[in-house]
Amino acid sequence: QDTQEKETVSPERAEEAKLKAKYPNLGQKPGGSDFLMKRLQKGQKYFDSGDYNMAKAKMKNKQLPSVGPDKNLVTGDHIPTPQDLPQRKSSLVASKLAG
Amino acid sequence: ADIISTVEFNHSGELLATGDKGGRVVIFQQEQENKTQSHSRGEYNVYSTFQSHEPEFDYLKSLEIEEKINKIRWLPQKNAAQFLLSTNDKTIKLWKISERDKRPEGYNLKEEDGRYRDPTTVTTLRVPVFRPMDLMVEASPRRIFANAHTYHINSISINSDYETYLSADDLRINLWHLEITDRSFNIVDIKPANMEELTEVITAAEFHPNSCNTFVYSSSKGTIRLCDMRASALCDRHSKLFEEPEDPSNRSFFSEIISSISDVKFSHSGRYMMTRDYLSVKIWDLNMENRPVETYQVHEYLRSKLCSLYENDCIFDKFECCWNGSDSIVMTGSYNNFFRMFDRNSKRDVTLEASRENNKPRTVLKPRKVCASGKRKKDEISVDSLDFNKKILHTAWHPKENIIAVATTNNLYIFQDKMN
Repeated sequence: QDTQEKETVSPERAEEAKLKAKYPNLGQKPGGSDFLMKRLQKGQKYFDSGDYNMAKAKMKNKQLPSVGPDKNLVTGDHIPTPQDLPQRKSSLVASKLAG
Repeated sequence: ADIISTVEFNHSGELLATGDKGGRVVIFQQEQENKTQSHSRGEYNVYSTFQSHEPEFDYLKSLEIEEKINKIRWLPQKNAAQFLLSTNDKTIKLWKISERDKRPEGYNLKEEDGRYRDPTTVTTLRVPVFRPMDLMVEASPRRIFANAHTYHINSISINSDYETYLSADDLRINLWHLEITDRSFNIVDIKPANMEELTEVITAAEFHPNSCNTFVYSSSKGTIRLCDMRASALCDRHSKLFEEPEDPSNRSFFSEIISSISDVKFSHSGRYMMTRDYLSVKIWDLNMENRPVETYQVHEYLRSKLCSLYENDCIFDKFECCWNGSDSIVMTGSYNNFFRMFDRNSKRDVTLEASRENNKPRTVLKPRKVCASGKRKKDEISVDSLDFNKKILHTAWHPKENIIAVATTNNLYIFQDKMN
């Protein structure tokens, strides 16, 4: 006979244990500030309005900025474009790991 | 851009509006009943399509404002035209949809195509007359209610006085008059002085169907507050607080997330309200605050999958719910293009699937069953083979008939019950 008492773990608690095993740095308060702040902040961020309008124009023309040895490019093409900026991921993956 | 983001029947059920991620509204109209085809109701065909919202840019925050239509709400019909409110994250618009089936002909100074005639060629005068033309349905924006929300609008609800409506974002609720666009009154503000202290947000709000002074709003913590606008101008103090006590021993990391209410809907009678959280649908009697009177499990088998649902963000999916016209059945969506109906009287429930591959048109839908674990019977689907990208978030029930509209990611399905 088993000398240890086996607790019945609820499925939710079992899932929680799995999550904590994968992301040990997960914050203690999941419904707290970080998660809610992320929700309030939804929307793709751009460097500025010029950036945004360039992105819209580029999407219309389906042109990608040519990065290369061609030095005759108009200066405007060298300023940061959304493709060059690191995309702000809208899901919560980043903040989950940061904890 | 074709992703459907909202579905709503009008008050008679003759019209069905859908909004999509690209800011478009498509309205379907039910065909008049064919006397010879008494075994089926009229089909819904496209009546009008228009671009309601365009993407915008918030210069102050360098953020893009999506054109996705979050909600559509119809006004009751007062004259020949139809009116609806549509909203994206920041701006609400009142649209007038009207029919034109005649046009004036026989102008003296203009040709039929609009070109001006040479006045010297005009030798007689005639009176222009209206002649019939092919039906044209026109949509025009009549009011634009802008700049009242710092956060993202999640709900709009028209008051039973048919003169005012509310709009709710994550932290505030505003009251508008349909005729006035340059002012709105703030009636709920839950923004803390210090944003670090933020613990909950508003997830949905709705006016009571009969009492024009009463509205409710739900929160990300699973509570619903009922407010009476006669009590004070700013309804920060609720009249009733609906909350089911939680068993502290069952609390986990996921508890608060899955308790977040994604939709709240009053029954047509106004006696009950229904809330949808991640795993269940709850019916509340407005006279009892301490627990719901009925709870229906939508997909309890997902409780043992919460870890992966958190990782793929599905745990944050916002499912809506709806009542049938007589408040006897409630319906909500799930994954794998499944949707569920619960009969409150018989306590029976059914799972159906909205998909072209698995259902032939004009055949009765076959009930589905998900096998949670262990031996899978024939025709059952195991939890692990559910497609979590096929989610039904938006459903609507015709106000009078047993006709339902179910939106999968890109498609709209309209089902009706078998007559005779």
